[in-house]
Amino acid sequence: MKQTISVLVENRAGVLNRITGLFSRRAFNIESLAVGVTDDPTVSRITIIVDSGNSVVEQVEKQLNKLIEVIKVRTLNEHSLIGRELILIKVNANNKTRQDIMTICNICGAKVDDITPTSMTLELSATKEKVDTFESLMRPFSILEVVRTGVIAIQKGSGKI
Amino acid sequence: MNGAQALIESLRRENVTHMFGYAGATICPAVDALAAVPEIGYTLVRTEQNAGHMASGYARVSGKVGVCMVTSGPGATNLLTGIATAYMDSIPMVAITGQVPSNLLGRDIFQEVDITGAAAPFTKHSYLVKDANDIPRIVKESFHIASTGRPGPVLIDIPIDVQEQELKAFEYPEEVRIRGYRPSVKGNDLQIKRVVKAIAEAKQPLICAGGGVWLADAREELRTLIERYDIPMVKTMMGISLMPSDHPLNMGMIGAHGNRCANKALVKSDLLIMVGCRAADRTILSPDEIQRRMSIVHIDVDPAEIGKNMQAAVPLVGNIKVILNQLLAQELSVPDTTEWKAMLRELRHEEVTRVFPRRDGSVFPGTVLRELGRKLDDDAVVCVDVGQNQIFACKYLPQKNGRFLTTGGLGTMGYSLPAAVGVKTALPDRQTIVVCGDGSFQMEMNELAAVRCAGHDIKIVLFRNRTLGLVHQIQTQEPYHGPFGVSLDGSPDFAAIAAAYGIPTLTLSDEGRLSGTLDEFLQTPGPCLLLCEVDPDVKTTD
Repeated sequence: MKQTISVLVENRAGVLNRITGLFSRRAFNIESLAVGVTDDPTVSRITIIVDSGNSVVEQVEKQLNKLIEVIKVRTLNEHSLIGRELILIKVNANNKTRQDIMTICNICGAKVDDITPTSMTLELSATKEKVDTFESLMRPFSILEVVRTGVIAIQKGSGKI
Repeated sequence: MNGAQALIESLRRENVTHMFGYAGATICPAVDALAAVPEIGYTLVRTEQNAGHMASGYARVSGKVGVCMVTSGPGATNLLTGIATAYMDSIPMVAITGQVPSNLLGRDIFQEVDITGAAAPFTKHSYLVKDANDIPRIVKESFHIASTGRPGPVLIDIPIDVQEQELKAFEYPEEVRIRGYRPSVKGNDLQIKRVVKAIAEAKQPLICAGGGVWLADAREELRTLIERYDIPMVKTMMGISLMPSDHPLNMGMIGAHGNRCANKALVKSDLLIMVGCRAADRTILSPDEIQRRMSIVHIDVDPAEIGKNMQAAVPLVGNIKVILNQLLAQELSVPDTTEWKAMLRELRHEEVTRVFPRRDGSVFPGTVLRELGRKLDDDAVVCVDVGQNQIFACKYLPQKNGRFLTTGGLGTMGYSLPAAVGVKTALPDRQTIVVCGDGSFQMEMNELAAVRCAGHDIKIVLFRNRTLGLVHQIQTQEPYHGPFGVSLDGSPDFAAIAAAYGIPTLTLSDEGRLSGTLDEFLQTPGPCLLLCEVDPDVKTTD
């Protein structure tokens, strides 16, 4: 079963090495791994997809937690990810701000994944620059959480690398 | 003040009073700074691996963090086994390595190796220092990380130019702030209640204690709990000296090489309370079977140990000393264990009184160790190597109130003598014994120099069977075709080797002379070697 583990780590050289080293040493299989800085520039978020049972995922979480530079580990509900860079952004939203947020979403091509009386969760898949712009436009509404996957890319046409 | 001086000053602030090491070009600034601080002692090892083992022995008996310091490249790679050994045994240790100049990092220059990368799988944490101004904070963090939570080795790799770099100002931090590191201390109250309930419902409870109890300095709390509620206990290899052998509730060591009584107790109990042990493969051979048959309470400071090898019905995470005190504060209702204890005691008695086989012209290790243990001081420290000598010592060396130090996790041959040097450095007046074989001794005998240099009174019991006994034993069983590549032909005259370091030797090949020879051995002033002749076909199961 595919599970998405979200890990907050110190944004420092060598941290990713420790994470991937841990996965290989403990014989955990990584399906995918993506790193991006969060809204706090000293913290990176690593999103790891593992294809394992619950007991393995529990061990993965515990072993990740033992790394000194790991701040928080959480296994998220499954979301499908597509190419390019993906941003999932949760902002505070109320009756006054919801329309402004929608306008920006329409211009940027972002869509609304979830809505509650106090928040909205938005999704945008685009180039890194467009994602950056979208994130900065959302900042005035008070960002609750940002998840970015990092970029993946594929060559156009019939040729392959 | 330069980086090297800041390093040594930081160590002084951490109350370091002794270091073990080996100098080399890239660590010269730090060695030079150390020379100017006479309150920190220094032992020069003969190979870097032993700096790690000495720091381990030192840490285990002093309760302090062991410190070792070596040069870059081969110095650092030689130290790796020492670090890995400490990691597997959860020993608080800070290892410092020199490194090539930072502007040349990554160019494969002379004596360069990526040691933080190489050591990553078996260090609790590591630092590659890029700026001398970070040294005080890094040292402070390293000692904190090494000694709290589940202890372990921390590596600090310092390029030579950083050691030479002038600091803006030296300021030693008062406290540590690491947001990703908050080890649990107190046990969850709800879980404590569940433990109390589990004990009340059990009929044949059993406590299994391991090295974690020593690491948390919780021996007294454990004994109080066991004695107050009359619960029988077994131990893992790392917890072997937690209880005297003749204690009526002590049922011995569990595991593949453990005592029969202890293993019987394990399978017959209906509630297993694991305290500071990790259910490793050599300890609990069939975890699936065990967890199906009984309910398990697992108390450990490291949440990752719970459920790693065996699922626990009641996990309880925190400092073992704190948790045991929490349990002691509860009103426990404990079942009547009279019958349960009586059954176990009968098995235990059979084992403790069993008669060992005798062979003319040689001695049986179990016989020697049983007699040796009786003659040792109450608080003696025995450092035991790896192989048949280790298994015999685990099974048959009577424990009193001292320490039994061996490397249960990594099983590193050549551990015992350097560990004993570390013990003696911390506790010069403590009776200290080394138990090893002729294989392991040849991996460590170069450290007789450290024994001689400091005049350490270390008594070495060497079982000579002229083969790598445990491998020999394995090779005589299916599916192998007999001993090969294990004969220790070409070994030196050990008495002559010892004499070359000014150490006298006694030999023992007749069990009739056992008691008198042991008395003479233990009463010899200063270091002494006891060379015991053992038949190469002796098995640990004999």
